[in-house]
Amino acid sequence: MSSPSLINPSRPPVFCPGCSHENIVKALDRAFVNLGLAGDQICIVSDIGCSGLFDTFFNTHAVHGLHGRALTYAAGIKMCRPELKVVVTLGDGGIGIGGAHFLAACKRNLDLTLIIMNNFNFGMTGGQHSVTTPKDSRVSTSFLNQIEKPLSVGEVAAAAGAPFVYVCSAYDKDFSRILEAAIKFEGFSVVEVKEICPGRFTKWNKLTPKMLEEAAQSSSFRGLVMGNERAEYGRAYRDYLTSLSPINRPDGIKAQFEPIETKRYEVLILGAAGQHAVTAGEVLALAAMSAGLRVTQKNEYDITVLRGPSIAEVIFSGEEIHYTGIKSPNVVIAVAQEGIDRRRSVFKALSADSLIICDRGLELPDSKADLLEVDFKSLGVKKSQRAFAGLAVMAAMNRGITMDMLRFAIDRRYDSEKIRKEMHDMMKTLSQRVIKGGG
Amino acid sequence: MSTVFWEGNEAIAWGAVDAGCRFFAGYPITPATTILHTMLRVLPPNGGIVMQGEDEIASIGFCIGASMAGYKAMTATSGPGISLYSENISFAIACEIPLVIVDVQRLGPSTGSATRGADGDIQFLRWANTGGFPTIVLCPSTVADCYSLTIHAFNLAEIFRCPVFIASNKEIGMTRETVDLDKLERPDVIDRKEPPEGQPYMPFRVAPYEQVPYFLPVGAKGRLSRFTSSTHGEDGYITTNPDFIEKQNRRLEEKLAKAVGEFTFYDYLQAIDSDTLVISYGITARSAIEAARALESLGRPVSLLILKTLWPVPEDLIRRKARDYKRIAVVEMNMGLYLREIQRVLCRDDIISITKMNGTLITPEEIMEVLSK
Repeated sequence: MSSPSLINPSRPPVFCPGCSHENIVKALDRAFVNLGLAGDQICIVSDIGCSGLFDTFFNTHAVHGLHGRALTYAAGIKMCRPELKVVVTLGDGGIGIGGAHFLAACKRNLDLTLIIMNNFNFGMTGGQHSVTTPKDSRVSTSFLNQIEKPLSVGEVAAAAGAPFVYVCSAYDKDFSRILEAAIKFEGFSVVEVKEICPGRFTKWNKLTPKMLEEAAQSSSFRGLVMGNERAEYGRAYRDYLTSLSPINRPDGIKAQFEPIETKRYEVLILGAAGQHAVTAGEVLALAAMSAGLRVTQKNEYDITVLRGPSIAEVIFSGEEIHYTGIKSPNVVIAVAQEGIDRRRSVFKALSADSLIICDRGLELPDSKADLLEVDFKSLGVKKSQRAFAGLAVMAAMNRGITMDMLRFAIDRRYDSEKIRKEMHDMMKTLSQRVIKGGG
Repeated sequence: MSTVFWEGNEAIAWGAVDAGCRFFAGYPITPATTILHTMLRVLPPNGGIVMQGEDEIASIGFCIGASMAGYKAMTATSGPGISLYSENISFAIACEIPLVIVDVQRLGPSTGSATRGADGDIQFLRWANTGGFPTIVLCPSTVADCYSLTIHAFNLAEIFRCPVFIASNKEIGMTRETVDLDKLERPDVIDRKEPPEGQPYMPFRVAPYEQVPYFLPVGAKGRLSRFTSSTHGEDGYITTNPDFIEKQNRRLEEKLAKAVGEFTFYDYLQAIDSDTLVISYGITARSAIEAARALESLGRPVSLLILKTLWPVPEDLIRRKARDYKRIAVVEMNMGLYLREIQRVLCRDDIISITKMNGTLITPEEIMEVLSK
């Protein structure tokens, strides 16, 4: 199985005399030919620097992007076009600046072939040190390489999970076979090619093809990495997708009850993390929606889970709601001190028509509002249920919403029959003991 | 009326799905994270791909790769992520890669406040690219806008082959509100144009009287696609020809700057006998509506222009609407970032600026107080 050369005759490689990159162009073409690949079956994604010239030498699909980012474009392409052979060319510079992408690609194991052209320095920009420059080399960046430890690309790749790592020199007699094996490998394959940069590096440092070849031959990375073999990412991703069923946009709620009123109505739920204040806000919103009202909800909570305040602001109205901030709440449900303390200033804004439903034992700032103190604990309402219990009290008092609306919202919000029943029972208890029993 | 209770971020996700988005990648950041979560919930079950990048740079890089491969793609972040997107935004502009980028803005500068809103990135989105090329920035005021502007954003990205931004805000992205599905604007979906068969493909050649080249995806059969971040000729190879480079760069500028009339989205609420025009955008426009209503009831009517296309600046619209007003005010949730555009377009230095940047909404009362003077 072989195909014609994919070398682009109108763009011949132009490298400094003696540059190893020339060998890579030839070997890569031979590998494509031996694998029987046509140009439209391949995409070359090149980085920046001399390795960034590679997309122009071949008649294949080609992308030349930004420094260090080649692996990211390649990943997007491969996920969408799994049938393509995607080959990424990167220098030692690209491994440094794109380090996070290199590690992630090793870890992810998407079927890409990464050729790292390691010539131990930044060639194109004038011989600065890179992440692979040996400590004793002379570079254009003075002593800076001498006080750092060079990176072993193969070891990093293997440690990060690459299942195929090959360290060789551009003078390996089987070089094109190595590239062939890497391209054929289903998974992320890394080939580090040790090279000579005659324009810069070997001007100041003694390095011969023989020295490179000896160094490469002593490497233990010769392809498959034991312990890193696993399913290719794209295949695993697509396999997982087959287990999912399509999802449709949710159906809307149609009005089924008459609203108690259509004027702007504001409810503030002041709780603590873990009290489901935000979910209670959503249930309240669904209740109002069942009466054809428009609703907005904003929440406030700290980044900590199970600690700190948790606050929901719900506004409903028969008209469009423009300003979404709370001005003077009609109802405040206060079930935790953390929530109250975070919003102390709101209590001043409460009018005599406002109602505060407050758990017994909490300390409230002064206000003109009516206060209904409820001993939720003695009624058997758990702390985590008290924000919701506040809604039940609201509904039982016909403030903003009715019991019917709240029952609708519960059934809409929760699929579990058990939870629905628990909540309906709580509504019943609270309406009997708090309202009819006189608070 | 049939309503759902969506936050802006959720509406953006559904808008993307309905626009034909098949690829999303993002990196967690408040207040944009729920776009990642919603896309992950709805896109893969419907055959799309969602990835979490190792950082923001990878996320937008994946999207660029996916778009080059022919998939409609979107990414979402907040201001700090836009900083990291910057180099790839330039790449997408240079290579004319369709892409939707959502910025759910939060209070800056820098890390700022993750859970507080602002509209502080609106100049950044325009100028974050090297070379200073124009971008399209759409700005929702409501959750319903989030849905329909996302579809428009995809369409514009496809038509003009460019990145299109949605400048959302924590105060819309993470605020839930009822959306009437029966009244939701659902623009027709538009796709990028593939080159006619049987001709050699030149990736950056435009047909006569056209401003946008045909798009051949990476992976196309029989013809080869090329993208390069380097200054390129029609063939997608590096060029040093100053005449062509000038022509190409003019085209990148003009394909958007001259076309803004085709995508100038706005609301104009005209009050009778008003001498004042209030210009606003985003969540703040809603406080302005409430202020305008209250002022009208006090016998001091003001008209309102709510911009939903911020970039390129819809200059014709602004000039046309502002013509008949003695007083112009700009209300915005930053330090006066769009004021400078209005001053420039109207050549006026007497424009009233109402601003706030402390993480809280500008209230209707604050607007009224200034306008009552």
